[in-house]
Amino acid sequence: MTALASAKDTEMVEKTNSASPNRVIDIENLSLTFETNDGPVHALSDIDLKIDEGDFVSFIGPSGCGKTTLLRVIADLEKPTAGSITVNGVSPEEARLNRAYGYVFQSSALYPWRTIAKNVALPLEIMGLSGEEQQERISRNMDLVNLSGFEKKYPWQLSGGMQQRASIARALAVEPDLLLMDEPFGALDEIVRDHLNEQLLQLWAKTNKTVVFVTHSIPEAVFLSTKIVVLCPRPGRIYDVIDSNLPRDRSLDVRETPEFLKIAHRVRDGLRAGHSYED
Amino acid sequence: MTTVAASKRGFDIPALLAWFIVAMVMVGLFMPIFSPDIGVMDVPRLSICLVILAIAGVRYELGFMRNWIGDLILGLVTAIAAWLLISTVSDHAGEAALGFWALMAATWAASWLFVERLAIWKSSSPLAARLINLAIPTLFGFTLLVLWQLIVVGAGVPKVLLPAPSEIWIRLTTSVPILWADFQQTFLKAVLAGYFIGCGSAFVVAILVDRVPFLRRGLLPIGNLVSALPIIGVAPIMVMWFGFDWPSKAAVVIIMTFFPMLVNTVSGLAASDAMQRDLMRTYASSYWQTLFKLRLPMAMPFIFNALKINSTLALIGAIVAEFFGTPIVGMGFRISTEVGRLNVDMVWAEIAVAALAGSLFYGVVAMLERAVTFWHPSMRT
Amino acid sequence: MTDATHSSPRSINPFAGLMSGTVGPVIVVVLVILAIWYISAVALNTPFQKGLYERASRTDVPVSQLITDTLAQERPVLPAPHQVIVEIWKTTVQKKITSKRSLVFHTGITLSSTLLGFLLGTTLGILLSIGIVHSRVLDKSLMPWVISSQTIPILAIAPMIIVVLNAVGISGLLPKAMISTYLSFFPVTVGMVKGLRSPEVIHMDLMHTYSASRIQAFWKLRLPYAVPYLFTSMKIGMAASLVGAIVGELPTGAVAGLGARLLAGSYYGQTVQIWSALLMAAFLAGSLVALIGVLEKITLKRMGMAR
Repeated sequence: MTALASAKDTEMVEKTNSASPNRVIDIENLSLTFETNDGPVHALSDIDLKIDEGDFVSFIGPSGCGKTTLLRVIADLEKPTAGSITVNGVSPEEARLNRAYGYVFQSSALYPWRTIAKNVALPLEIMGLSGEEQQERISRNMDLVNLSGFEKKYPWQLSGGMQQRASIARALAVEPDLLLMDEPFGALDEIVRDHLNEQLLQLWAKTNKTVVFVTHSIPEAVFLSTKIVVLCPRPGRIYDVIDSNLPRDRSLDVRETPEFLKIAHRVRDGLRAGHSYED
Repeated sequence: MTTVAASKRGFDIPALLAWFIVAMVMVGLFMPIFSPDIGVMDVPRLSICLVILAIAGVRYELGFMRNWIGDLILGLVTAIAAWLLISTVSDHAGEAALGFWALMAATWAASWLFVERLAIWKSSSPLAARLINLAIPTLFGFTLLVLWQLIVVGAGVPKVLLPAPSEIWIRLTTSVPILWADFQQTFLKAVLAGYFIGCGSAFVVAILVDRVPFLRRGLLPIGNLVSALPIIGVAPIMVMWFGFDWPSKAAVVIIMTFFPMLVNTVSGLAASDAMQRDLMRTYASSYWQTLFKLRLPMAMPFIFNALKINSTLALIGAIVAEFFGTPIVGMGFRISTEVGRLNVDMVWAEIAVAALAGSLFYGVVAMLERAVTFWHPSMRT
Repeated sequence: MTDATHSSPRSINPFAGLMSGTVGPVIVVVLVILAIWYISAVALNTPFQKGLYERASRTDVPVSQLITDTLAQERPVLPAPHQVIVEIWKTTVQKKITSKRSLVFHTGITLSSTLLGFLLGTTLGILLSIGIVHSRVLDKSLMPWVISSQTIPILAIAPMIIVVLNAVGISGLLPKAMISTYLSFFPVTVGMVKGLRSPEVIHMDLMHTYSASRIQAFWKLRLPYAVPYLFTSMKIGMAASLVGAIVGELPTGAVAGLGARLLAGSYYGQTVQIWSALLMAAFLAGSLVALIGVLEKITLKRMGMAR
């Protein structure tokens, strides 16, 4: 597979490699309680988490542990009921209004009445960019995810993997420094998923974006991340934060190394421990 | 799946039909065709009809040419037989006897057999497949018309009860000016004006209602209830308020089309799923941007559903409203007065015009729907 | 920095709970409609009332007197809601059911032809849908005509059907019921075709692995799947059936039924009578549809399909 990132993106690296890394996300004592008919549900409880620029952070945990909810809080799609959170030093709402992040959903959420190119153009139209600027960004980002030549196709004419790549191109077109991804490859088969994981890593290495990635796959989390956050349910809370010592520049082969297996083991232990006292 | 199921059934409909054709030909051969006592051999045209039907039936039974050429010949035979029957029966109106009905049944079975064969034609090109899909219902319609003609003329059904299609056609072609004037009054004025005002205002109201959740919760149940009510009953009131001419009919059409459009548009605007709305939120998209880029396109299938329903409601509303009082022109007026004079063929001509107008109206809306909601799973080919 | 410690905005307003459901908003909307009705009744009836005053050469009529007078006219342009209610009360409770002036009597006539037409239409619709689902030829040849049959404004020939059938000696319930049948078979056919086809391929395949016959697959799989569709389309069919019955009563000569009341009211300018017949028809439609809704709930609960 060809490299995902093009040379144009290297300029972004230059402007961010100075001095100590910036804090991108800062979460303190954050809690979120949903009021339901069966009483309150503690989706998130006492979350403390700091994410620095250039980090690749994975949230992993069993279903119902609040990993997606935490991501949605960062994206200002949910409001916390207690605690504080900043994104790029401002409130999530301000960050959203500044279009500070790109969000990739579980499914591609492409609009069926728009061609792939028009789908990538959607956020650009909303931001009110000029036609030329839109064209330029469309072709650059379609190229980045290897979808050149599919501009005129409709989403339903593409495979699931291609649709998800298109939705990543759509998120990248906003040109955010922060990429929020909610189990983006969860619905794809293993081979396609490996492939996209590798491409995602290359993209991340080239652009030095900060990525927050939700998954329920241990190998995926360990392979991608510099930092793995293990969450456990009822109430949703952080059980463990694991800093990965794998090299930033890694290939799929890294999965055979003892370091990889060690980290994977620790994640699995964390997941098991988080589970143990509920059933 | 379906093919397996089809091959499993114990009896073979085409074979049964072919047997039926042969049996009916036998009946036709030995029973009187027309009363009193005219046999099939006394009417040369019917003998031809009998012979070709017999050959077609036996040919299929023996298994000769069970391919597309044989099927085409069968279709041709059916058409000739039908034409021979129609042209003969007009000289013997009301005198048809058992033999004639047997020949008619044989022709009908032959046309069914032809359609059965058409339905299993495999075609490689999509165009041919579409043509076949169009031909089958058309043939079905023609068969109904032929049977209608044969039964009405053959049995001598009184014209007051049911005129033959040929009589309706003659009436239709000879009274074009009257029909055109009625069409203009009812369709071009009342229906179209009412339809556009009704659907348009409902669309605007739906967008306003959608912005206020309180109104949406309060109006939607009422809108649903009103959609189930016999709204056509407001016709006399509208005639009283707006006079006899077309505005009162347009008012009825407006009220009838308003609620289906309102209910459908409101539920269509709610049709976008949570993820798509979240996506727009992550773009910090404004209300109007989300409306135009996401929610309206998403609502289009619902809106067109209402537009299609309304295209038939509008015509019904305008015609029925005319029963409560009109100037001396209009389709509803013509129908009610000609019924009174027992000029039933004129009534049927008017109905034919109404049916044609209704179908065309519906067809135009359906074509627009195809163009606008091409992306919807039900439209993808 | 977001200070997210704000407590959940629990309001102590007792109406908040009511207004967040549907009941509150519906009541408010109904009240608004009633208010608009009263206001327009006053506005629409004022010119006639003023004319009356002029003829009686009364010039100094107070506004309150004008309003009460406009709401109590004999033949108002728009009768006020309470006038209609009083008329309905007078013609239902205070009249003998057998009387020709009893609204219950007329409603009963309309109801019986509605129900007969509805039953026939539903039966016809179910039979047609079974045929269409099981036969390719019927599907291809009949289905387009079922759909285009509804583009023909059949209501337009309702009077003709009545008059013609009367001419050959068929009168009474059946002609009206036939119109109802025609109107109600369509939604049932279309809905049932959809419903009978709604089992997923995987379920059909399961039936196939049991080598179930088509009849078994119908009773054990297709029909249960189609039941929710049947009820939805029966609601539409019932509403259409009532419209058919009312329009069937329009032609001159029909003396009984809600449609006849409408027509008579429009001949003699009896607006109160028109509105009361209209309201009665609305009530009838609402209760019939609600009745099917109740049946639907019970049936689906028994089948374990209730949500």
